[in-house]
Amino acid sequence: MTSISEDSDKEKVRSVSVDLNNDASLVIDIPDALCERDKVKFTIHIKTTLSSFQKSEFSVPRQHEDFIWLHDTIVETEEYAGLIIPPAPPKPDFEGPREKMHKLGEGESSMTKEEYAKMKQELEAEYLAVFKKTVQVHEVFLQRLSSHPMFRKDRNFQIFLEYDQDLTVRRKNAKEMFGGFFKNMVKSADEVLISGVKEVDEFFEQEKIFLLDYSSKIKDATAKAEKMTRSHKNVADDYNHISGAMNSIAADNNTAFKKHLEKCAEVFEKLRKLEDRVASDQELKLTELLRYYTRDIQAAKDLLYRRARALADYENSNKTLDKARLKGKDIAQAEENQKQCLRKFDKLSESGKKELTSFKARRVVAFRKNLIEMTELEIKHAKNSMSLLQGSIEILNSN
Amino acid sequence: MAASSERSPPPFPDSEEPELLEDSDEGADAFTGTSISEMDSPSPDSTRPPKDIFNEPPEDIFSDPLSNINSEPQKKVDTKIPSPSSDEAVDLFSEPLDDDSEVMSSPEVQNPMPDLLNEPVEAPKSDVLGEPPVHKNAARQQDFFEDPPKGSNNSSSSVKKAVSAELFGDDEDEEDLFKETPKVVTKKPQPSGPPVDVFTEVKSDVKVKPQVKDDPTDLFTEEALTAPAQKPPASSSSSSRTNGVHSEEQDLFSEATVELSLDSPLNDRKKKDAVKPSLSAPAASVASSSSKAPSKTLEELEEEESEDKFDLNISVTNPEKVGDGMNAYMAYKVSTQTSLTMFRSKTFTVRRRFSDFLGLYEKLSEKHSQNGYIVPPPPEKSILGMTKVKVGKEDPSSAEFVERRRAALERYLQRVVSHPSLLQDPDVREFLEKEELPRAVSTQALSGAGFLKMLNKATDAVSKMTIKMNEQDVWFDEKIQDVENEEQHMRKLHVMVESLVNHRKELSGNTAVFAKSVAMLGSSEDNTALSRALSQLAEVEDRIEQLHQEQASNDFFTFSELLADYIRLLGAVKGCFDQRMKAWQRWQDAENMLQKKREAEAKLLWANKPDKLQQAKDEIAEWEAKVTQYEREFERISATVRKEVIRFDKEKARDFKRQIVKYLESLLNSQQQLIKYWEAFLPEAKAIA
Repeated sequence: MTSISEDSDKEKVRSVSVDLNNDASLVIDIPDALCERDKVKFTIHIKTTLSSFQKSEFSVPRQHEDFIWLHDTIVETEEYAGLIIPPAPPKPDFEGPREKMHKLGEGESSMTKEEYAKMKQELEAEYLAVFKKTVQVHEVFLQRLSSHPMFRKDRNFQIFLEYDQDLTVRRKNAKEMFGGFFKNMVKSADEVLISGVKEVDEFFEQEKIFLLDYSSKIKDATAKAEKMTRSHKNVADDYNHISGAMNSIAADNNTAFKKHLEKCAEVFEKLRKLEDRVASDQELKLTELLRYYTRDIQAAKDLLYRRARALADYENSNKTLDKARLKGKDIAQAEENQKQCLRKFDKLSESGKKELTSFKARRVVAFRKNLIEMTELEIKHAKNSMSLLQGSIEILNSN
Repeated sequence: MAASSERSPPPFPDSEEPELLEDSDEGADAFTGTSISEMDSPSPDSTRPPKDIFNEPPEDIFSDPLSNINSEPQKKVDTKIPSPSSDEAVDLFSEPLDDDSEVMSSPEVQNPMPDLLNEPVEAPKSDVLGEPPVHKNAARQQDFFEDPPKGSNNSSSSVKKAVSAELFGDDEDEEDLFKETPKVVTKKPQPSGPPVDVFTEVKSDVKVKPQVKDDPTDLFTEEALTAPAQKPPASSSSSSRTNGVHSEEQDLFSEATVELSLDSPLNDRKKKDAVKPSLSAPAASVASSSSKAPSKTLEELEEEESEDKFDLNISVTNPEKVGDGMNAYMAYKVSTQTSLTMFRSKTFTVRRRFSDFLGLYEKLSEKHSQNGYIVPPPPEKSILGMTKVKVGKEDPSSAEFVERRRAALERYLQRVVSHPSLLQDPDVREFLEKEELPRAVSTQALSGAGFLKMLNKATDAVSKMTIKMNEQDVWFDEKIQDVENEEQHMRKLHVMVESLVNHRKELSGNTAVFAKSVAMLGSSEDNTALSRALSQLAEVEDRIEQLHQEQASNDFFTFSELLADYIRLLGAVKGCFDQRMKAWQRWQDAENMLQKKREAEAKLLWANKPDKLQQAKDEIAEWEAKVTQYEREFERISATVRKEVIRFDKEKARDFKRQIVKYLESLLNSQQQLIKYWEAFLPEAKAIA
C-alpha cells in the first residue's frame, strides 16, 4: 500500500509531454494514487470553467481499467477517425519492485540489519519511481484529451471525469479479448492489402513513409535506451554491493585500513545514490519520452490507416459506381455511396493533415523539453558526483 | 642496543641458506674491519656501526639494514619493541635512572632478555667476531648521549674528540669481553650486560626525560630548538637513507644519515673521512631519534616510517612475443632506476620472461617463507590466457591479458623490492641486474617439480588440519582470525568489483548501441533542428561510451586487480602463520621427545643400568638443546611473522589508500568529462525549435 502525494513533484510529473494544461478552462491532474495489490486507484482532480460540468472543482476515483475503457470507446467512435487518438496508458507494472520485495522477504533472515534496511530503502525508492511513472502516464492521457478541442467535448470523457462513483466498467471477457486480437490481425492484413492503393496526396504519402520509418527507429531507440538505463541501474547496484562488502571488511579491522575502507564504503554508497538518480532520470526523461512517442506514433499510424482505408473504400465505391453505370442499375445508390466515401475520405484527410502537423510540432517541443531537462539533470548529477569525489579524495589524502 | 648485537647471532644458525651465510660473512668482515681500525684509533669508522644499529632498531621495520648482521639484530630488537609496555621493559627503563653503572650490573636489566644470553652459545664464530664493534657502538652511543650537551648540535671537532676519547675507554672494556667471548662462549652472558644497559639507558632517557640527568634533556631540547623543522624530515630521511639513498642535503642531520646508509664498509670509510667533522653530531642526532622512537607508540612509529620513500623505481614494459607457436613466450623489459648503492648503476634494464618472475618467487619463497617472511606472490599462471596469446594474432582480449599480466608483474616486483629484507636478497639483485638468468625450470606448469609442490601443498594442508595448536598469544589468535575473515570479505568484494567491471562494460556496449540507434532516429527525423540535436546526442553518447569503457578498464586495473593482489597476499600471510605453526609443532615434538628420553632415563635409573645411563643423559642433553633451539626458532619466527604482519597491514593501508585515491580520481575524471560532454550538448538541445 503506497500512497503518494504528487503535489510536490508536479514539475517532474509532467515531463513527458508538453504542458498540456495551457487551457485553464479544463485542468486535470492526478494528485494522489493508491496501490492495492494489482489494482491502482487514481484520484483525478478536475478544475473547470466549462458550463458542461456541474461543478467547477471536484475529484473522482478511477482505476487503470477505466482509462482503457475510455480509450477504447474513443477509438471506436467513428467521428474521431480523423484524429490521432492519444495512446492509452500502459498497464501499471509493479513486477520489478514486487519481485524484489519477495526476495527481501525471503532473504530477511540471511541479511544483516543494515543490509536489510538498505535494501528496503532501495525497494521503496524503486517502487516510488514506478509509481510516479504510472501516475504520470495516466495523467498525460487525460490531459491530451482535455486539451484537444474535439475530445474534450466527448460524452464518455465527461462521464469519466464527472461520475462521482466508481465507474466499475465491465472488464473485457475472453471473447472480447480474442475479438480485439482478431481485429488487430485483420487490421494488419488489411494494412498490407490497402498499401497497394495509389496515394493521391503527396503530404500523406510522405507522412506515411516518414511514420513507418520513424516508428521502427524509435522502437529500436526505446529498447536500446531501456537497456542502457538498466545497465546504469546495475552499476548502481554494484556500487551498493561494493559499499556493503567494504563495510564488512572494515568491521573486522582496526588499523588505518579501517578508516579508509569506511570512507570508501561511504563514497560508494553515495555514488550509488547518484548513479541511481542518473538511471531514474534517464528513464523518466529519455526512455519514457521515447516510449510515449512510440505509442503516439502508433496512434498517428492508426490515423493514416483509417484514412487509407477510407481511400480504399472510396476507390472501391468508384469502381462500384462505374460498374453500376455500365450495367445501368443501382446508379443512384452507388453514387450516394461514392459521395459518402469521398466525403469521409476528404474529412479524414483534412483533419488528418491538421492532426499530423500539430503532432509534429508537439513532438519537437516535447523532445526539446525532455532533452534539455535530461541534459541539465545529467550535468547536475555529474557535478554532484564530482564534488563528492573531490571531497572524498581530499579527506582520504589528508589522513 | 647491545641486546641487539647479542641477538644478532641467532638468526644465522643451522637452518640458514648458503647465501645467507655468505652474507653474514661479508657482514662479519665488515665489522671486523671496523673493529680493527677501531682498536688502532678511535677513528670515525667505529662510529659508523653504531649509527646503523641505532638507526635500525626503532625504524627497522621498514628500512631494513643492508648487511645481514644488521638485519638480524633488528629482528631481535623488534621483538622487544612491541612490548615496551611489558613489565620487564618498564623495569628496564626505570632502573637505569639511578645510576648507570648500577644498572649495568643489575640483574633486572638482564632479565628482560633471557634468550639473548643463550643465543651466543650457538652463534657461529664469525658472528661473535662481529659483535664487539657493536658493543662498542652501543657504548659509544651512550657516550654520545652524554656528549652533546657539551658541544652544540653542530658537530665541532672538539666534541668529536671527546666522544672518541670516551669511546676509547669504553672500547677497551669491551675489548676484554671481546677477547673472552671467542674462547668461553658460555661466559657471554656477561658481556651482554653492559650493552644492554646502554640500550636501556638510551631508552630511559627518553622515557623519563624530566628525571634524567640534564644532559640528555639538553640534548633533546637543544635539538628541538636548533632544528625543529628539520627533525621530522631528518628522522624519516634517516630511515630512508638506510636504504642507500643519497641526496645532497646540506643539513647536518641528513649528512649524518647519509653515513648511515652506506652499506659497504669500504665505501664507508672513504665517506667517513670526507665527513669527519660532522660525525659526532650526526651520531647524536641519530641516537636521539632512535631513542625517541621507543618512547613513541608503535603506531606513531609506523606513521613515521610510512613516510619514507625509497629510491627504487621498477617498471615492467614492452611485452614482446618471442618465438612462434606453442613455444612462444612473452618477454618483458624490466627497467630499474635507483640511487641505491647496492646496485652497480643507476639505471639498468633486463629482459625477463614470465617464468623468470615465477622462478624468482620460488627462490625467495624457499629461502624466506620458512623464516616467517611474507613473500609477495607473483601473478598466477594462466594457461588459457597465454595459449590465446600464443595462438591468437591481434585479438583485443589477448592484448588485455598481456597488459594485465604486465601490470601485475610490475606490482609484484615493486612489492618484492619494497620489502627491506627481500631487497637484500642476492637473487633479487641478480634478477634486476644480471643480463642472462639461468632458465627457471621448476615453474613449468605441472612439471615434475610442480607436481611435487602440489603434493607438498596437499600434505601441508593435511598437517594443518591435524596440528591443533592451542594459541597462547592473543595477538596471533586474533590476527589469524582477522586475516581469515578479511580474506573472505576481500573475495566477496572482489566478486562485486568484477561484476562492476562487467556491468560497466555492458553499460558501455549498451550506450554505444543506443548512440547508433539515436543517430538513426536523427536521420529519420524530418525536423532539421531536432534531427541535428539527435545526431549530436548520438555523438555525445558515443563519447560517453568511450568514457564508460575507460572507466571499466580503470575499475579493473586499479580496483579489481588491487583486490586480486591482496587476496593473493593474504594467502601469503596465511602461509606465514602456517610456518609459525610448523615451528611450534617442531618445538612441541621435541618437547615430547625430551619427555620420553627423560622417562627412559628414569627407567634406567630405576633399573640400575649405569652403562646405558650415560647414553641416555647424552640424549637428554641433545634433546634439551634441540628444545631450546626449536623454542627459540619458534619465538624468532613468531617475532618475524608479527613484524611482517604489522608491516603488511601498514603497507596494505597505504597501498589501498593510494590505489583507491587513484581510482576515485579516475571516477572524478570521468565525471568531469561527462559534464563537459553534456554541457556542450545543452545548447544543441536548446536550439531545437
